[in-house]
Amino acid sequence: MAGRILVFVEQRDGILRKSAAEALGLAVRLGGEVHALLVGENVSALAAPLGASGAQTVHTVEDARLARYWSEGYTAALAAAIQTLQPDLVLLIATAMGKDLLARTAARLGLAVLTDCISLEEADGSFQAVKSMYGGKVFATVRATRKPAIASVRPSAYPVPAPMDRQAEVRPLAVDLPAEHRARVLEVVKQEEGELDVQEAEIIVSGGRGLKEPANFALIRALAGVFGAAVGASRAAVDAGWIDHSHQVGQTGKAVSPKLYVAVGISGAIQHLAGMRTSKCIVAINKDPDAPIFQVADYGIVGDLFKVVPAMVAEVKKVKQ
Amino acid sequence: MKIVVCVKQVPSSEARIVIDADNTGIRLDEVEMVVNPYDEYAVEEALRIREARGGGEVIIATVGPEKAQTEIRKCLAMGADRGVIVQDEAFLGGDGLGTARILADVIRALEPDLVLCGKLSIDVESDLVGVALAEQLGWAHASLVTKIEWTGDRQARVHREIEGGAELVEISLPAVLTAEKGLNEPRYASLKGIMAAKRKPIEVVRPNASPDEVNAAAAGVRTVSLAPPPARTGGKKFADEVEVAVPRVVELLRTEAKVL
Repeated sequence: MAGRILVFVEQRDGILRKSAAEALGLAVRLGGEVHALLVGENVSALAAPLGASGAQTVHTVEDARLARYWSEGYTAALAAAIQTLQPDLVLLIATAMGKDLLARTAARLGLAVLTDCISLEEADGSFQAVKSMYGGKVFATVRATRKPAIASVRPSAYPVPAPMDRQAEVRPLAVDLPAEHRARVLEVVKQEEGELDVQEAEIIVSGGRGLKEPANFALIRALAGVFGAAVGASRAAVDAGWIDHSHQVGQTGKAVSPKLYVAVGISGAIQHLAGMRTSKCIVAINKDPDAPIFQVADYGIVGDLFKVVPAMVAEVKKVKQ
Repeated sequence: MKIVVCVKQVPSSEARIVIDADNTGIRLDEVEMVVNPYDEYAVEEALRIREARGGGEVIIATVGPEKAQTEIRKCLAMGADRGVIVQDEAFLGGDGLGTARILADVIRALEPDLVLCGKLSIDVESDLVGVALAEQLGWAHASLVTKIEWTGDRQARVHREIEGGAELVEISLPAVLTAEKGLNEPRYASLKGIMAAKRKPIEVVRPNASPDEVNAAAAGVRTVSLAPPPARTGGKKFADEVEVAVPRVVELLRTEAKVL
């Protein structure tokens, strides 16, 4: 039994992120008392419904200055919650916010740190994780040496749990926020309206050098469209200027773990595999039968992507009707 | 303006990584070592800031074994002015918080206006040091920076990459910024730069912290075992006509993988 777990649940613009439910689902799996920390401005209405994802008690910290992410403000809130609740484990999902908040909080309190875990469990009374290192060439099993441990888990590594018929208890937490608002977020600039982010998508369709020209990303977008997927890219496509770096999957891009990853015209260099090899299901489309991507693909199609992709778009549309 | 750039020596991303016999360490003796790619963006940005302001000092700070001086030398060849290294084995082997503590001690003594480093290192990928360092120094920070726009001598607006977009963060010096890919294109060292670098100083220093506060024993995490990534077996490959292969795969996605 994991004892007491404190889960940081992320919200942005007053909407809970998918990562919130993933983190709570994992906390429930680990067992023990599940507490959540919700930070923001006017977010209390989001709190009780977190019970459906497994939170027993939600501690809320609300202030106008917390409306957007504020590293030192959020760190003060999380540190206060840790000091008040004395959890065995503090859990976050490794989003941009989660990673940042974990680092500052861990340094403030001298916590045992497990970052970007592919899996997390309890072993011999300690928290143990598997994490990817050396660009995916090494899977390390690491263990926290003391409690509380603080851990960030890779987005989509764990599923969103089936909702339960439960409301959480809500308790406001008073926190002394720093007087000075340093590193203030002035505004948030959206990448492309309505575009699914690669790290939040259940399905990703990625394009690589095999597309030959930037205009051919239209094929990727079309296939992503019928799957309801996010658009990803290999480093080659990003470095060629065909698509923005925010879509890059791989060692110097994002690490993703969706339920389905479709690699189109991507050879499968080790640095790309580092970012997607933990996907639940991998489909590869490449004209080279010896492309390394086929070594990790569950289903591989050796063929001309300019024929295969349009055929797949039509077939998926048909099947979904 | 005095800028410290934290740089780590790491195995090249092309290197073959060999796990040692007892599965708890990596054999690094024959591996090509490089400057952590994310730290290169930080070095480049420091050089550009110095160029834009017509003066200033860029100092490279490293925590690592003596052979890591090779990477400092590469950064000096790019144009940095001098380097400092904590290389005493007694201080090495700790986790990211230990490294941050050492760097904080070194940096406090240097009294810079700005600290730049990569967002993470491509070897152990703990994704911790830059932000932990800011906390240790008691400074403001912004991580995942893809653009820095100076709005004053000691004030900037930085773009921080987040899911689906970017946060525009207003930040004042002193501060720590961690670099994300896309911040800039690092320059190659010129032959002139490489020659000049040979004469630039690299100072060996020690932190105020004692080894017990920052070494492996002090670390909050230990490695249980290392293994190559699990093989994905049982994959099916279809080389048939498109009209055959595509419907077959889509059918399998629906019925076997159950992802559709």
